[in-house]
Formats: sequence, structure tokens, C-alpha cells
Amino acid sequence: MSLLIKGGLVVDPSRHLEDPLDLLVERGKIVALEPPGQIPDAGRRVISAPGLVVAPGLVDMHVHLREPGEEYKETICTGTRAAVKGGFTAVAAMPNTKPVNDTAAVTRLILDQAKTAGNARVYPVGAISVGSRGQALSEYGDLRVAGAVALSDDGRPVSNAMLMRRALEYARTFDLPVIAHCEDLDLSAEGAMHEGVVSLQLGLKGIPAAAEEVMVYRDLTLASLTGARLHIAHVSTGGSVAIIRLAKAMGLPVTAETAPHYFSLTEEAVLGYNTHAKVNPPLRTEMDVKAIKEGLRDGTLDAIACDHAPHSSLEKEVEFAAAAFGLIGLETSLGLTLKLVHTGELSLIQAIEALSTNPARILGVAGGTLAVGAPADITVINLNREWTVDVNTFASKSRNCPFDGWTLKGKAVMTIVGGRVVWEED
Amino acid sequence: MEFRRKDLLGIADLEPEEIQVILDTAASFKEISTRPIKKVPTLRGKTVVTMFYEPSTRTRMSFEIAAKRLSADTLNLTVSASSAVKGETLADTAHNLEAMAPDVLIIRHAASGAPHYLAQRLKCGVINAGDGLHEHPTQALLDLLTVKEAKGTLSGLKVAIIGDIAHSRVARSDIHAFTKMGSQVTVAGPATMLPPYLETLGATVTTSLLEAVRGADVIMMLRLQLERMGQMFLSTLREYSQFFGLAPKHLQLAKDDVIIMHPGPLNRGVEISPEVADGPHSLILEQVTNGVAVRMAVLYFLIGGEKG
Ligand SMILES: [Zn+2]
Ligand SMILES: [Zn+2]
Repeated sequence: MSLLIKGGLVVDPSRHLEDPLDLLVERGKIVALEPPGQIPDAGRRVISAPGLVVAPGLVDMHVHLREPGEEYKETICTGTRAAVKGGFTAVAAMPNTKPVNDTAAVTRLILDQAKTAGNARVYPVGAISVGSRGQALSEYGDLRVAGAVALSDDGRPVSNAMLMRRALEYARTFDLPVIAHCEDLDLSAEGAMHEGVVSLQLGLKGIPAAAEEVMVYRDLTLASLTGARLHIAHVSTGGSVAIIRLAKAMGLPVTAETAPHYFSLTEEAVLGYNTHAKVNPPLRTEMDVKAIKEGLRDGTLDAIACDHAPHSSLEKEVEFAAAAFGLIGLETSLGLTLKLVHTGELSLIQAIEALSTNPARILGVAGGTLAVGAPADITVINLNREWTVDVNTFASKSRNCPFDGWTLKGKAVMTIVGGRVVWEED
Repeated sequence: MEFRRKDLLGIADLEPEEIQVILDTAASFKEISTRPIKKVPTLRGKTVVTMFYEPSTRTRMSFEIAAKRLSADTLNLTVSASSAVKGETLADTAHNLEAMAPDVLIIRHAASGAPHYLAQRLKCGVINAGDGLHEHPTQALLDLLTVKEAKGTLSGLKVAIIGDIAHSRVARSDIHAFTKMGSQVTVAGPATMLPPYLETLGATVTTSLLEAVRGADVIMMLRLQLERMGQMFLSTLREYSQFFGLAPKHLQLAKDDVIIMHPGPLNRGVEISPEVADGPHSLILEQVTNGVAVRMAVLYFLIGGEKG
């Protein structure tokens, strides 16, 4: 079955393309891109896209799907359903499942479940150390052969600098990027939110910006020492942006991501002890939000990844200090990013680059492009569609979203994976 | 102005006029405690439940005496650490409580915001008797009453609060309370115990005890929790008491009629010398008496219904 997407504005950052073009899909691949009206309709499913943006499928390089082990929060099926509903054709699944994804067996299980679900593509991320315990390296070669695309300590950061050095070297051996969750566990100990004015008012123990920044600095230094590909996860502070900007200027092969909540919310979202705003790293200040936006604008921050972290009411309907860290974002990430486009803080092509082309490039996976011959992973976006976030309509199993009730402008209206329409708006 | 609220969760939420009306009422309730029969029927038929997740005999007793003097029925739920460990959540507790239909719940909890959590979920009133590092509003009210009685006013006073500000809910409530009532608050302690951004609460911040007590009308010493040493907040008790303990020589820097306060229990010889604690400037025992009076006033406003 071939698909013809007609009359849309094709935005493809991989080729700096932003033109009205018709796009033809056959046998799961993009086979032609032609000026409007040149490809005949006959015998094809025609998707009429005037006024819509046709983008390479969005790639979220940092999500927690909770399977195996915590299926009451999310499964690979529900998580990838949330992904395609939010416009994502691929997600990278962090390894802090139960058991931890530190073996080829767990990696294969994740890939099998993703295939069965048939929603978005899932790229497993392997654990840096066995059991994420920070003591021994896991089998990077086997993980890679089984399908892991990167390594990470997300959720349980590596404290031991020597282990991190060896991990970077060993990862370089197998050409895998290392995704670092930068947090000094001694500096963040017992903290429940950003250390600042609001933590003082609420009497909550704080996590200073320095808890992130000292580890960003450590890992950049180690990347320079080892020549490994380092990617900094969920950058939340202006200080981190500044250090990464400097490292890039020095020519280090480093990339970085931030999440929509770090440019959409501040520490004030916690007021009233709102556990849906409890996230790690924590929501920071207005100044940090400004710096994060600037980092996205000037390319210091390559990717936007939502750090989708589902939790049930068991973890969130409790006193703040006892609540789990994390919020879900797959169904709001695009809308929150497009806010920056509507305000003129990012161009449309920059937004798509951060949500698709760059994460695909960093992970070294297919996608992020609409070039002829590429897999037909495509997201069709209505930029002007206003909608209200309602957690009760979410495809995710969880409801821990601080954006419930927000009005957003712009959303995915169709998500195509490998030429198959996996989601479309009614 | 009346005090019309379902709950008392913190001083930060209160208007100065609301604080004033509580203090005025507390002052009038003090008289009851001097009668031979220390009881009035104001809250007859009302049920007051105390639920303390942290041990504190004195605050719980103060609330209990206040409730009894107003003829309320009191019920003390001792929350053993084990039932929390067994997985009974605050939400479970809240539902069980609702079934008992109390009129007001007085809670102390190690988690900041725990009283707010219950207040959002319960129909009865909730009084915060200390939540984590956040607030201890009735302590601040009794401190205000004590100072008001001694000085005749709360405005224009220089109030020094000294010690472990970072871990003190009393300090947070007192900073809000004295600032709202027109006093100037200076806080002092080692920088390890001064959380960043304290000045945003309206306080002047210093690491010098001498600077804080100079010209002070009121000196409030905070209890030093001895486990802070192992947590790298200070070096030795000896050094702490040398630089941050209040001794008779410091009183000469303060106003002649300076008053000394402490929320208790005291570490004599650590944050306060025995000579100062028991000396003529000390109002520490008066604070205890006033604790009962302000708690009577708070109970009266939350569940006392129409004024008789
Ligand atoms: Zn993380
Ligand atoms: Zn994460």
C-alpha cells in the first residue's frame, strides 16, 4: 500500500528543507518528494495535508517505559501508545527497569515487546554497570549486538569517577554513546526540590544547581580524557548550559538534551506541595529557564527529550518528601516545544531538529530525515490546533503530569512508523 | 477582623490582622488558667484528635491541656513508627480518621507539607503542630504573645534568632510572624545552618552572634540538634557553644530590657548558658504558659462556632 501525503509543508532539518512538497511512501520507505501536484493519486491512500507540517518522525531519546518490572506504572505497549499519540515514532528506553537492562536478554525482551505492541520503535539503552550498582561494567558488546543503542546510568548515577572513565573507554570500544545523568549524590542527598527560595518557604530539603554542574564538569573532563561520545541527559541549569557551551567550543564530541519541563516550569510549580512537579533534576529558576531556551536556540542543547517517568498514585499521592521523582511527558512534549516556536524563541526547523534529527543522529539510528530511501517515519503536525491537556485522555497508564489543564497550541495529527499509520486524530 | 479558616497550617498564610485577633483572644483565655476551676464549656461535645508522628511530649500536652480547658474531648493517636513502616500511608490514616468524625486534627509530622496533604483531604480542621522543616505556627503565636506581653508592642522591635536556622521550623514561623507584626528580624548561625535566600523572607542574615544581639529587644535561641555534628554542619559542641552559645556577656550588647526566649527543650551549656536560661531576662517558662493560651485561642477559632 502506498501513501501520498499531499499539500503539506515539508520540514526536514537533515537537509535544511522547509518547502511545500508532496511525499510518497512505498513499502515502508520514502520513495519520492516532488513539488505539489506532480505525483498522481491513482491507487494510493492520499493524505490531504494543506496547512499541516510534514516532519520526520519525532524521536524521544529519553523515556522510562517501566517494563519489565513495573507494569502497573506503564508497559512498553502503553508507553509507545503515548509516544505515537504525542507524535513520536521512536523512543529510547532507559535501563532502570526491574531487572535493570544490563544484559542482552533484557534488551531482546524489550525489543520483542515493542514489536508486539506495534506502535513506536523502541531503542533500548543498556546500563553502564551491572545492576546499575556502579561497581562492574556490564557487557557492552553483547548489549550492542542485541540492539542497545547507548549506555546510561540514568536513575542511578555513577559516583565513582574511575568507573565512569572506564565506562567511557569501554563504550568507545563498541562505538556506543554514554548518556550521563549528572548528579552528585552527596550534594543532592535527601533533597526533594531545587534549593532556592521556594524550598526555603516550603521547608523542603534542596538540591542545589551545583549537584548537577559538578558532575557535568566531571563527565566532560572524562570525555576529553577518553575521547568517548558523551551525551548529557536532562540539562536543567544555566550553569550546565554554560559549561557545555564551553566544552563544545573546545571541540569535545559532546551532545546534550533538555526536557520540556525545564523550559516550561520553574520551582514555583512545587508550591502547594504539588508532587507532580517533583522531578529529578528538579525544576529550577526563571534564570535557568532563560538559559535553557538560549541553549536550545544557539545549539548548545541538541535535543529535547521528555524523560517520561510514569508513576502511579501509590508513588505520587503521598507527602512530598516521600513522593517519587518524575513526570510523564510524551503526550505534551511537542505542544510545549511548539510554544517556543509560537513565541518566536525557536524556529520551526530548530524545534523539529531538537525533537527528531538530532536525537536520531546522537543515537546513530535511522530516522530524523525525510530523504528519499529513508524509512517512512513521519509526523504530521497541525501547528495551530489549540487543545487542552487532559490527563484522563492520556494513552499512558499514568497521570503524573504537571501540565494537566494547560492549553497548548499545536499537536501531532498523524504518526507514521515504517509507512504504517499508527496513530491519527479522529 | 475575624479568624475564619478551616485549618491553621502556617504563619506565612496569615494576615497580620488574623494574627492580632488570635493574640487578643489568647490573652483573654489566659485568665481561665488562673481560676481554681480551670475549665469553660466552650467546646463541649467537640472532639480534638492529636496525631504525633514525631515524639514531642510538651507540644502534645500543651494542646491537650488547651482542649480540656475548653471542655473538648481529646483523643491521642500514638502513631508508632512501626505502623508507618508497615505501609500505612498518610492517605489511609486520613480515611480512618474521617470515619471517627473528629472536629479538629492536630498533627506533627516529619514531612514538610503533611498537614497540608491532610487538610486537602479531610472535612475537619487541621492544625499544624510542626511539619518537617516547614512551620510550627502555634509556637510562633506563643512567641508573639510572650513578646507582646513583655514589651507592650510588636512593632519596631529588633528580634535576633540564633542557631540552626536551616533545620528549624520554629525559625521559619518566627521570621514570618515577627516580620508580619512589624519587628525586624536578624538571624545568625554558622553558614552551614543558614539556608540560602533567607533574606527573601525579610530577615537580615549574619554569621556573627555578636552582630545579631547588638541592640536586640528579643533574643531567641534555637535548640541545637546534637546529631548535626555527624552530618558535617559543625565541628564540635565546644566550638559551637563558644561562638554561637548565648552567655551573660552577650546581654550587655543587647538592650537593657532584652528578653531571652527558647522554644525548648534546652541544651544547657550548648546554645544557652544556665546563667542566661535561668536569669532575670529569661521568659522561657512564660512561653510554656502562653502556649496553652494561644492553643486555646486557635481551637476556639477553628471549632468554637459563634462567639458567645
Ligand atoms: Zn535521569
Ligand atoms: Zn530519566
